[in-house]
Amino acid sequence: MRKPRDIGAILNRRAFFRGTLAFGGGMLLSGMIPGLPGAQADTKGVFIPNAFIRIDRSGGITLIMRHAEMGQGIYTGIAMLIAEELEVDLEQVTLEAAPADPSRYTDSAAGEEVTGGSASTRDSWLPLRQAGAAARIMLVAAAASRWNVPPESCAAQHGQIIHVPTGRTLSYGDLAEEAALQKVPEKIILKDPSTFRLIGTSPQRLDTKPKSNGTAIFGMDVRVPGMKIGRIMASPIQRGRLISYDSVAARAIPGVVDIITLQDVIAVIGDHSWAAIKGLEAANPQWDSGPHAAVSTKTLMDDLRRASDRTGLVAKNTGDVDAALAACSHRIDAVYELPFLAHAALEPINTTLHIRPNGADVWVGTQVPVRARQEVANATGLPPEKIAIHNHVIGGGFGRRLDSGSIGQAARLAKQMPYPVKLFWTREEDIQQDQFRPFYYDRISAGLNKQGRIAAWKHRTTGSYVTARWAPEGLQNGLDTDTVDGAVETPYDIPVQRNESVQCEPEGLTTLWWRGVGPTHNVFVVESMMDELAHLAENDPLDFRRSMLGHSPRGLKVLNEAARKSGWGTPLPSGHGRGIALHYSFQTWAATVLEVQVTDDNAIRLVRADTAVDCGPVVFPDAVRAQIQGGLIFGLTMALYNEITVTNGRVDQSNFHDYRMMRINEAPDIRVHLVPDLSADIGGIGEVGTVAAAPALANAIFAATGHRLRKIPFLSQMAGKSA
Amino acid sequence: MKYFLLVFAVIMAISARSAQAQTDLIERGKTLFRAADCAACHLSSDGQTLSGGKAFPLPFGTVYAVNITPDRETGIGAYTDEQWLRMMRTGVDRNGRHLYPVMPYTSYTFLNDADTLAIKAYLFTLKPVQAKAPENRLPFPFNQRWVMTFWNWFNNPDRRMTTDPHRTPEWNRGAYLVEALGHCDQCHTPRNFMFGLSGKAYAGTVQVGWRAYNLTSDTEHGLGGWSDSELFEYLSTGYAPHRGPASGPMAEAIENSLRYLPAEDIRAMIVYLRSIPARPNGPQRGKRVPGASGENEDVGRHIFQQACMGCHLENGAGRQSDWGALKGAHSLSDPAATNIIGVLRTGTSIKTEHGKMAMPSFTKAYTPQELAAISEYVLGHFGGVKAQIEPDRFKN
Amino acid sequence: MITIRINNESHQLDVTDDMPLLWVLRDILGLTGTKYGCGVAQCGACTIHIDGIPTRACQLPVSLIGDRHITTIEAIGNTREGARIQAVWLQNQVIQCGYCQSGQIMAATALLRDNPNPTDDDIDDAMSGNICRCGTYVRIREAIHQAANNA
Ligand code: FES
Ligand code: FES
Repeated sequence: MRKPRDIGAILNRRAFFRGTLAFGGGMLLSGMIPGLPGAQADTKGVFIPNAFIRIDRSGGITLIMRHAEMGQGIYTGIAMLIAEELEVDLEQVTLEAAPADPSRYTDSAAGEEVTGGSASTRDSWLPLRQAGAAARIMLVAAAASRWNVPPESCAAQHGQIIHVPTGRTLSYGDLAEEAALQKVPEKIILKDPSTFRLIGTSPQRLDTKPKSNGTAIFGMDVRVPGMKIGRIMASPIQRGRLISYDSVAARAIPGVVDIITLQDVIAVIGDHSWAAIKGLEAANPQWDSGPHAAVSTKTLMDDLRRASDRTGLVAKNTGDVDAALAACSHRIDAVYELPFLAHAALEPINTTLHIRPNGADVWVGTQVPVRARQEVANATGLPPEKIAIHNHVIGGGFGRRLDSGSIGQAARLAKQMPYPVKLFWTREEDIQQDQFRPFYYDRISAGLNKQGRIAAWKHRTTGSYVTARWAPEGLQNGLDTDTVDGAVETPYDIPVQRNESVQCEPEGLTTLWWRGVGPTHNVFVVESMMDELAHLAENDPLDFRRSMLGHSPRGLKVLNEAARKSGWGTPLPSGHGRGIALHYSFQTWAATVLEVQVTDDNAIRLVRADTAVDCGPVVFPDAVRAQIQGGLIFGLTMALYNEITVTNGRVDQSNFHDYRMMRINEAPDIRVHLVPDLSADIGGIGEVGTVAAAPALANAIFAATGHRLRKIPFLSQMAGKSA
Repeated sequence: MKYFLLVFAVIMAISARSAQAQTDLIERGKTLFRAADCAACHLSSDGQTLSGGKAFPLPFGTVYAVNITPDRETGIGAYTDEQWLRMMRTGVDRNGRHLYPVMPYTSYTFLNDADTLAIKAYLFTLKPVQAKAPENRLPFPFNQRWVMTFWNWFNNPDRRMTTDPHRTPEWNRGAYLVEALGHCDQCHTPRNFMFGLSGKAYAGTVQVGWRAYNLTSDTEHGLGGWSDSELFEYLSTGYAPHRGPASGPMAEAIENSLRYLPAEDIRAMIVYLRSIPARPNGPQRGKRVPGASGENEDVGRHIFQQACMGCHLENGAGRQSDWGALKGAHSLSDPAATNIIGVLRTGTSIKTEHGKMAMPSFTKAYTPQELAAISEYVLGHFGGVKAQIEPDRFKN
Repeated sequence: MITIRINNESHQLDVTDDMPLLWVLRDILGLTGTKYGCGVAQCGACTIHIDGIPTRACQLPVSLIGDRHITTIEAIGNTREGARIQAVWLQNQVIQCGYCQSGQIMAATALLRDNPNPTDDDIDDAMSGNICRCGTYVRIREAIHQAANNA
């Protein structure tokens, strides 16, 4: 059974709704909404039916956002869920980020207040609609009692209660005080999906207007009266120590006000960022290189390769795979490699803090507010209740802000300052001190039977266990299921299969989740291997896959749709090729066909991508499209360009001139085709696009050139081939 | 008592005067140190001290800059005045070992005693840093320092500069700055087979991977086409309108040395440079092939737009600052693209009165093919030069 | 004291000559719409207009501005093209996290003013200096085309 804080549950919750989702319309539910019992009216007559809604007497309707807005459009998506049932229009609501409060905002599936794993909509789908409906029922009851009519004769719409027979209306604001006195309903009847006004539509996103005119306040933009600004630099090698710095030179920079240090960190504080930046340069900190000074990409790779010779923890085992492989007429044995990756969100890490003897305020963009608060508590000794986390819109998360270590670092520095301070990392710091997507070293063997179908499949992955650090209680008998997510459950009928996972932690680097988590890693291996096998079987990669989807009708559907929309099989100009990849991740089915052109000197041009998606019920179709488009570009960027390498313990990359980002003139045309199965479980979407990028690209390059790329990134390898 | 006080006052006055003299000497030493651009070679990699360590890959091996802080063990702290003069003039160090002529003693030899010792006086005021330069990496016979004895016979004039009475004082000042202090010829004069300076003074050449341009009065190849004000701007700030910015080692020379020189010194240098006879050699300016473009025009253009346009602007006019202006830059007329390859490979930076202007290296994120294509694009698009650049030149 | 003109207002600044405009805007004047993404003119998040030309504020020393006129994202909506770009940006739901978008909008506005009917290539040329880590490129292209069609 699923444990709370099960990492599989946090990051790819396919099991969660399986038991609970059978409602079509009008399902009765009760007592499941966090915060519902807390219905209350304060002295000013504000109606707070639960943790997610606040309606005041003047009619202000505030929705509290439990999930962080990092660009995925979740503020709008979950506001739609509440507004649908509350019967208010999106124009009527104001949004507010939830505080750190485990008693009210814990995600019951993940076991904590967290945004990640493409789970926000899935986790909100039921409870937030219930929250809206409960409030609506209480407002109706209040109106009915004011008019002294039966509640059934009243209806809610556009923030008003109407007495249907007479047409009389009362606004929610008018009813706030009395609604707060109503009993919290025990039975909540949700709307029949056929009557949805908002869910399934694509309204104007609620967070984007301020982002279009410079008024949105990201963490980086926070300004607090009396605030100073500091630039942080940590030891460039983990566990190195600060041995000296030039305090005189730093203080000579105009605007520098303070220099604060920890054992392995220095921060120069100024009246403005420029003073802090120049001050740190002038301080010229010297580091003792510590125990990891000899680490390099080569030593890390050697460790992985050695570790991959071990038998790993068994994640799946059906039949005797070695015997089955031996019996295959054709087989492939391959090694796939995926590099360390930086998140490189466009907003660098930053935290603004005001730490006082008896409390603290923290302004930050975080995916884990409660962890953030605990970090500050640990650093300062303040009780968590005295620490307020003000969460901000985030300039790109991609998993980076699932870690709160940078907030703890900032708190340890800021507690040495009597004034409020914004502490930021430069881009260079953001890349070099990132917690990296692990390097994975995968050995895979698979064989075909005489009919050209897969008879045996053996896949051993070796890499870091992020779960072991981030949520050790989520390990399952020592196994980090994320390392095999997308490998154990493939879409295909494979009679004999064995999956193993070997843990190997990289010396001197910290690892973390990265967009697409397990599936981004494993689907590259699985779908590339499928392509290799199709060619071995002298079969068309599409037909080869089709023939093995007996148990995955939704998979077959998206595969066919992507193929049809992309014109699979139609002739292409020379030098062009199409690659296909299918996967089931985050409870969503998706297939992508990518067309590329490879020029004579092996330059790679992305022409066009078609992705077909079935994520079950769709709340916000336009956001689904946007996430697929963006996710695909995120994944293609990695597949073409990215790797973090290490020399003498230090990360070699530092900024966008050496950690390359895809630009608009490299981006393909991307078309997204939604083929939702409305009766299916609701799926996640934020990471789905990223997952298929690398295998679709590798397969397309193979189709265009005959070069099989088993190692990311591709561009440098292709360039090497032409030389 | 009165007498005693008087004596005391006199002593004080004398020591005050000599203290003043000492301060003056050090100030003068600092000015000369800058004019002689010692920092160009001896600055440590973090740019903070003169403890050396910089590598000079030469055709015959790699030589490392030594520590010139007054540390007695690893620096120059133990040098007597006499040893110092000998070292600066003959390239023989305190222990009697021959230096390699990367150290421009063949130029410094022109300096007079007072100036040479003023530089030492200044260096001795710096904080001693303990740092031993790496051992030079030279194959036989170049690792035989005695070979330098013979080299010096041919290549080191070992004499002080004398005033040329037929020339103006300004010209003479310029000569001293260019030849002795600035040692401009060390980069800009082609080397002979012995790695000594050839007779083709200031005709331009390639050194440590960078092209040092022709400084003679030749209009096509040299500075003949430059106006005095252009030269003045360029030498004192690292940029002149329509001439592009200085990059690589020249940017360093301006950053560490030329920008500190008083205006009249820069003017004197120009007067002297103007008198260098024309020697047609090296890339030619203004030789435009209309519509020139490489084969990989599209690749080059695309990457230029991504990675370069942010500073250089699409038309090469420079965006944020003049130091990003490519148009007219010398390096755009060089079909070998030596300096374009140089900046793309290693980056370049220059400190100006408006702050540091810098370009990073692009070799980590872009492939050799792409970098070759950018180079061709830049040459064709801005320089009108059709070139074919081998991607291999971006490989290590 | 340096005097610069930003969004039609004059400001007297007591800052060092080398201070990039980006930090003047964000930290001294509180105009935080202009973003810091890389500091080395590679990402475009800090794009402002200087006499209408899109310019990277992170690499623009305040002492080099002189009397040229600066426009930032906070005021670009006062121009015809700026308002137009902002409107199509919202209609096409271009924006994801939004951190790059001030810069994108500034770059697109300048493009539209210089070239009321840009082709895909023109768009690529003008917008390639602006990184969007969220990958909104497809929609940026569409939105600019829309702005042009309805202009
Ligand atoms: S912050 Fe200026 S271009 Fe990136
Ligand atoms: S919208 Fe997030 S970086 Fe562009």
